[in-house]
Amino acid sequence: MSDNTSTTDGLGETTGEPTRRDFLYLATGMAAAVGAAATAWPFIDQMRPDASTLALASIDVNVSAIEPGMSLTVKWRGKPIFIRNRTAQEVEEAKEVPITELKDPVARNQNVPGDALATDLLRSAGEDKENWIVMIGSCTHLGCVPLGQAGDFNGWFCPCHGSHYDTAGRIRKGPAPENLHIPVYAFSSDDVIRIG
Amino acid sequence: MSSDHSTYQPSTGFGRWMDQRLPIVRLSHDSFVSYPVPRNLNYAYTFGAILMVMLVLQILTGVVLAMHYAASTGLAFNSVEKIMRDVNSGWLLRYLHANGASFFFVAVYVHIGRGLYYGSYKAPREILWILGVIIFLLMMATAFMGYVLPWGQMSFWGATVITGFFTAFPGIGEPIQQLLLGGFAVDNPTLNRFFSLHYLLPFMIAGVVVLHVWALHVTGQTNPTGVEVKQKTDTLPFTPYASVKDALGIALFMLVFAYFVFFMPNFLGHADNYIPANPLKTPSHIVPEWYFLPFYAMLRAITFNIGPIDSKLGGVLVMFGSIIVLFFLPWLDTSKVRSAVYRPWYKLFFWLFVINAIFLGWLGAKPAEGTYTTMAQIGTLYYFAFFLIIMPLLGLFETPKRLPNSITEAVLRKDGGNTGNTPASAAATPDTRG
Repeated sequence: MSDNTSTTDGLGETTGEPTRRDFLYLATGMAAAVGAAATAWPFIDQMRPDASTLALASIDVNVSAIEPGMSLTVKWRGKPIFIRNRTAQEVEEAKEVPITELKDPVARNQNVPGDALATDLLRSAGEDKENWIVMIGSCTHLGCVPLGQAGDFNGWFCPCHGSHYDTAGRIRKGPAPENLHIPVYAFSSDDVIRIG
Repeated sequence: MSSDHSTYQPSTGFGRWMDQRLPIVRLSHDSFVSYPVPRNLNYAYTFGAILMVMLVLQILTGVVLAMHYAASTGLAFNSVEKIMRDVNSGWLLRYLHANGASFFFVAVYVHIGRGLYYGSYKAPREILWILGVIIFLLMMATAFMGYVLPWGQMSFWGATVITGFFTAFPGIGEPIQQLLLGGFAVDNPTLNRFFSLHYLLPFMIAGVVVLHVWALHVTGQTNPTGVEVKQKTDTLPFTPYASVKDALGIALFMLVFAYFVFFMPNFLGHADNYIPANPLKTPSHIVPEWYFLPFYAMLRAITFNIGPIDSKLGGVLVMFGSIIVLFFLPWLDTSKVRSAVYRPWYKLFFWLFVINAIFLGWLGAKPAEGTYTTMAQIGTLYYFAFFLIIMPLLGLFETPKRLPNSITEAVLRKDGGNTGNTPASAAATPDTRG
């Protein structure tokens, strides 16, 4: 944009006053910039997740056949969801770990407040259902699918870059920064989990 | 070194008529026939021409492959197999394209190494070098997206890991990742846009190559002595001297390339990419294509937090930083002498850098644990120290050897110091557009 110090009036005389022409240049330039941005926006906007991707209905999973020690992997929003009926021993192991020992002390559970601590109870499906754990099976490092019942902590182990998670899906060792995330879900009956 | 006046003389009536309207023949003549090149260019300077051929080859094979490929998660893998089995000559075109990408990178690494060794990035060629780094970045993006298209296990998981880099940035990371993927995970929208961009980017590369060659023809080429062209006897016309040398370089390069295409076409690929993509199962060992391995090793080397930066973000920053640092190379190198030939210490550190890069590549293919991680950390340290510490300091402390007064003098001395020899003797070795 032209600045107003070197403008000339109609007689060729230099004045410090902005002229009407300056205003027109500025206004035209602004209109062009806004127009360009408005035109560019749809080209960027189209890349965002589309309506069909966002409109992913929640899924119901029947877990009546999952005995303690068994796991089920289902697909939700293109990602695997781990559903595990943990053994009493696995729950005990997870309970014994003090919060201070955790690399990520936050529960990462969308069903509890965001600053909740990563205790075993707040990682699990809650009171009476502490044996159930439901997590997005996507390593918080770079998104690989961890292997179940593996690694140094007998929980999950990501083979890509060596992240070890414990039996409550909490990161204990390796490059991953956060505990495995827990999606919004609820038991809609004793046998059915609704995810999403 | 750009020609002051054109020597082109149209020989036909039509040529004269055309020359007054669109002097395209004159432009080509001035750029690739009469264009003066340093007379002492060696075969390292033929890789620019080789890269030009590889780009054309990739575009040609890519355009015809796209006629048979289907960018949809349900169809992609099978359409590639159809190209291999049903499409006439499809196997050859696909192997040319897949191995062509690898050999494109072989050539570009030699080309970059040549630039590092002979100090081609130094003033007045900073823009020329920066354009080259931009081409390199575009090549990496193109190659990555191309590798996703066959929709095998490595395609899928490579895409997952690489787009996962963006989640390392706090706050903005996840929205950026979703913008790239068009969803919450790598899926059909991702495949579609990668195909679109994979088709587009090579033409952008071609555009930047035009600027790269333009900048080259403004400043003129460097040469192994690093001494600028000073007199007419320092140069030879591009054709036939450089063009024939380029042609031989291209022929030899193509010979090796053809050996891979016809006798070991899958040697540089990964067997897991012949397994269809499965979003629920990660391969036990994800590795990128070989040409990304050194960068992958540096990504994984950062296993510790650096102050407020966690290890994941640290790894991503180091990996991006390893390329970004190249942009600043012209100003990081403080030496007044251009070529490593006259810089004994730089020469040593340069070859250590090359060995270190290969070492990092080897580590990138190894699992990230135990001593491998420690070795990768040492390698990463040297990579950055080379650019950020060694280069600035060497210029201050190193005593370079005596430079020849001119290219002509250097060539004559090589001939055995026989000053009676004319510079036009057979030992003169000119070359390419590089």
